[in-house]
Amino acid sequence: MSEHHHDHLNATHTHDGKPIQNDEPPSIEAESLETAVRELLMEKGVITADELRGAIETQEQRRPELGAKIIARAWVDEDFKQKLLSHGDMAVRSFGVDMKPTELCVVENTEEVHNLVVCTLCSCYPRAILGIPPAWYKRRDYRSRAVREPRSVLSEFGTIISEDRQVRVHDSNADLRYLVLPRRPPGTDDWSEEDLTELITRDSMIGVSEAITPGE
Amino acid sequence: MDSKFSPGDKVRVMERSQPGHVRTPMYVRGKSGVIERIVGPQPNPETLAYGQSGLPYKMLYRVNFSQKVLWPDYEGEDNDSLEIEIYEHWLEQV
Repeated sequence: MSEHHHDHLNATHTHDGKPIQNDEPPSIEAESLETAVRELLMEKGVITADELRGAIETQEQRRPELGAKIIARAWVDEDFKQKLLSHGDMAVRSFGVDMKPTELCVVENTEEVHNLVVCTLCSCYPRAILGIPPAWYKRRDYRSRAVREPRSVLSEFGTIISEDRQVRVHDSNADLRYLVLPRRPPGTDDWSEEDLTELITRDSMIGVSEAITPGE
Repeated sequence: MDSKFSPGDKVRVMERSQPGHVRTPMYVRGKSGVIERIVGPQPNPETLAYGQSGLPYKMLYRVNFSQKVLWPDYEGEDNDSLEIEIYEHWLEQV
């Protein structure tokens, strides 16, 4: 079932909120709706409580560390990197990741381009690889401002992108899920694949930060 | 399934008002961009969302827009851009 809902945001106005702040009250209406649908599905025997519990358990066991392993492999193995960029779904299958029913689109940060991922319509996220999205990713202020003023949003995350690099925002609005391939930090040429994973954070794979540069 | 557009083609997102489960955000409607890639045929979310089959499939593209086209008062750099997925029935040739 689609994770999209009917909150079709018209992001032509800016918000005063900051993406990291928790300034949005929980939606009572959405909670009631979720409860009603869940109870109906169980009453009608479509799903059982144990199946639901199991699905939540599986989802919550996915962690950004899996994404870090995939990125580290791309840093040390050029063939894998090319496959990841051209056929993301196939490339991550070797890590036990099944992207269905969505497709994976990996976007590479370079000297010329910095990529940033957002879902303006709801909160689409590569959950099969990174697990549960951070709270700010789902907030209306991040979702509206990331497309409108990405450089300001990035600076609020402490990420300053130089004027000579293009900021390219990816609105994850339909059937693809996006993973940023961050730049490999300088001074890591002799690092092992395993050690490199320590430098690859969740946020660097969303694009709100760079990978960690050792010694900084 | 044939695709009407190819990478590099200039396209415009149709500026129509349509109720329901539409995946074309308001901020790109009426704006011109360039086909970045053909994603391929996908179920139509506008019917799939209501328990229907999503058939016939709609060709999906990734379209690149200059930020200055999307937001005339954009404060970033001139070559900053945005990419988004748009179904063929929302696109017209420029």
